[in-house]
Amino acid sequence: MYKAFLIKYGEIGTKGNNRYLFEDALCRQIRRAMKKIGGQFTVSKEQGRIYVDSEGEFGYDEAVAALRTVFGILWICPMMQIDDNGFDDLAENTVRYVREVYKGEPKTFKVRARRARKNYPLDSMQINMSMGERLLEACPELKVDVHKPDFELNIEIRNKINIYSEFIPGPGGMPVGTNGKATLLLSGGIDSPVAGYMIAKRGVIIDAVYFHAPPYTSERAKQKVVDLAKLVSVYSGPIRLHVVNFTDIQMYIYDQCPHDELTIIMRRYMMRIAEHFAKAEESLGLITGESIGQVASQTMHSLAVTNEVCTLPVMRPLIGFDKQEIIDISEKIGTFETSILPFEDCCTIFVAKHPVTKPNLKAIKRSELKLRERIDEMVKTAIDTAEDIWID
Amino acid sequence: MEAYLDNSATTKVSENAARLVYDIMTGDYGNPSSMHKKGFDAEKHIRNARETFAGILKCTEREIFFTSGGTESDNMAIIGAAMAAKRRGKHIITTKIEHPAVLESFEYLAGQGFEATYLPVNGAGQLEPETLKAAMREDTVLVSVMYVNNEIGSLQPIAELGRMIKEAGRDIVFHVDAVQAFGKYRICPYKENIDLLSVSSHKIHGPKGVGALFVKDKTRILPVSFGGGQQKGLRPGTENVPGIAGMALAAREIYEDLDAKTERMYGLKDYFTEEILKLDGTVVNGLTGRQSAPHVVSVSFDGITKSEVLLHALEGRGIYVSSGSACSSNKPALSETLKAIGVKRELLGSTLRFSFSDYTTMEELEYTLGALKELLPVLRKYKPK
Repeated sequence: MYKAFLIKYGEIGTKGNNRYLFEDALCRQIRRAMKKIGGQFTVSKEQGRIYVDSEGEFGYDEAVAALRTVFGILWICPMMQIDDNGFDDLAENTVRYVREVYKGEPKTFKVRARRARKNYPLDSMQINMSMGERLLEACPELKVDVHKPDFELNIEIRNKINIYSEFIPGPGGMPVGTNGKATLLLSGGIDSPVAGYMIAKRGVIIDAVYFHAPPYTSERAKQKVVDLAKLVSVYSGPIRLHVVNFTDIQMYIYDQCPHDELTIIMRRYMMRIAEHFAKAEESLGLITGESIGQVASQTMHSLAVTNEVCTLPVMRPLIGFDKQEIIDISEKIGTFETSILPFEDCCTIFVAKHPVTKPNLKAIKRSELKLRERIDEMVKTAIDTAEDIWID
Repeated sequence: MEAYLDNSATTKVSENAARLVYDIMTGDYGNPSSMHKKGFDAEKHIRNARETFAGILKCTEREIFFTSGGTESDNMAIIGAAMAAKRRGKHIITTKIEHPAVLESFEYLAGQGFEATYLPVNGAGQLEPETLKAAMREDTVLVSVMYVNNEIGSLQPIAELGRMIKEAGRDIVFHVDAVQAFGKYRICPYKENIDLLSVSSHKIHGPKGVGALFVKDKTRILPVSFGGGQQKGLRPGTENVPGIAGMALAAREIYEDLDAKTERMYGLKDYFTEEILKLDGTVVNGLTGRQSAPHVVSVSFDGITKSEVLLHALEGRGIYVSSGSACSSNKPALSETLKAIGVKRELLGSTLRFSFSDYTTMEELEYTLGALKELLPVLRKYKPK
């Protein structure tokens, strides 16, 4: 029955003169999402609304699922679309629509007609009244309620006529590509994919850096990160993933520095390397999955010490979230199952029994001095030998 | 250089077998049950394969059934024989160190009202005949013991166990999982009093997804799958003709000059065992030399808290081995076999399995030993928690 979707967007509407940029980005993202499923779709922008039309048959559920991955969409309205063959035909189709969607359940409704094509013989008020009458006649279980109806039956008279009443929530946010780029520190855990998702939701293109430490982490652990990036890319669009071999740096720190400072110093080098890639790729910030107090390296003190090496803004969208709240989102976006696969994570390999929870910046800097002989060269090697994976 | 020392997990397919599989897939692709010539040509490959196995196992062709692999052979034998005997008795016996294909079948039967006994093994990983003798009862209907253990290569006294089982009761069915032994030993089910014997193709340089089950004449066994009546209704379904033919060719190849091959493998194993024991902090699990299988060496490394790290470090040099047994290494649980033979608790997670095949070379072993010599001190220094 459904042939097309009306896409309602939220915040874009408030963007003044830049509005067309946001709308165009949204259309682009919708096209990308629809390309992944079968069927021929055209996405068009018309008088402040976006339509997704289908030329032929398509899987309804699949199409809705695809649209629900596009940031910027507030509501998805599946529409019945008919040709204008006079009011009687319109009324007949509307009755058929209501019967099919609401299956004879007792509901209250109101009709809301709009005419983009003003030469239609009835005006909007007349359509509302006549259509309401026809529906009440045909479906005795329905009642009119113009103030708080169970459903609002929209009838839009354009070149074709659109009938819709269902509103399926979209993911909200802003279309990816409208807010620059940021670089995500992606691990195999639960948090970082969620952090990437949340920043992408605000319209930001995502790049990612993963640190692996063979032989302490395996090829399968790396594949898991690639899989996670792929799951995030369903929402965020393509991701360039830099895979950095971190083993030598990790071992060098292990050799030279106090073991309880190992993780924090390691994190500082991860940030430095991530920032290098961010700058090279014209990213405007870094993204991490940190949340205050979750582990020793995420206490306020540790975050401050880690942050100190960065010049770009570091975005931590999960900073105030509890673990369960993060898990809830990861389940919703579909990364949880992959995140909990049991593979090693390079951050936890050499972790000390009692790592520092209140690191002192001066002391950490003093420890890092012990690395000066070889660390710059090692960082350079890690950057030069990083593997780039394009994930789409 | 590459060294593939994970042959107990799977082996490289023989080029001749691969070619034959291809030829049958694209040429003699008929259904062996079809009445026309194309079907008959396919059937001939099955007949030849049956002849091959009958020749190797010194049995008749009608006692050979083809399956999808070792796991199905084990399932079919154990569940099929137990179900056929359930009115006679419901006691079934196996060991603690069997492959999951056997242990899980026993668990399933336990859920169906059978009583399962899991026998312990001695420190060498062998089932003592006396242990079995003490465990057998009036209502025992099935005993299942593996020929060679997949994790440590321990060899079971199958002939002795077989004789004892038949003395205890002619009706007790003796199943032997010979997946790790076939292609290494000359196995003669009739001589060893074996009623059911499982074999897998991909451990002997044949293709994956195919195996065989020997079912001695007059052994009572019920089918566990149902269909179009192929293979006397015991294992219905259109036969995997290319796989079966490929497996048979691989079996013919491996049994050609078997003694010389086994001799050479024992030479490799002795060298490897001797050299690895020269390294600091190494323990070889189970018996060495001729007292265990020629192709499996299980080594525990003192001070290596996670054998996976050593495994991946070797992988970085192109050396492929298993931690414990490949079939159980995806689960973090510690090996039941290693526990059963009394490996020290702190070494359970520090164990690697090196397994050889006819294709393994001296160079591969030398290369691996060299790599171990370099890697062990580094990994002992940089210990993951």
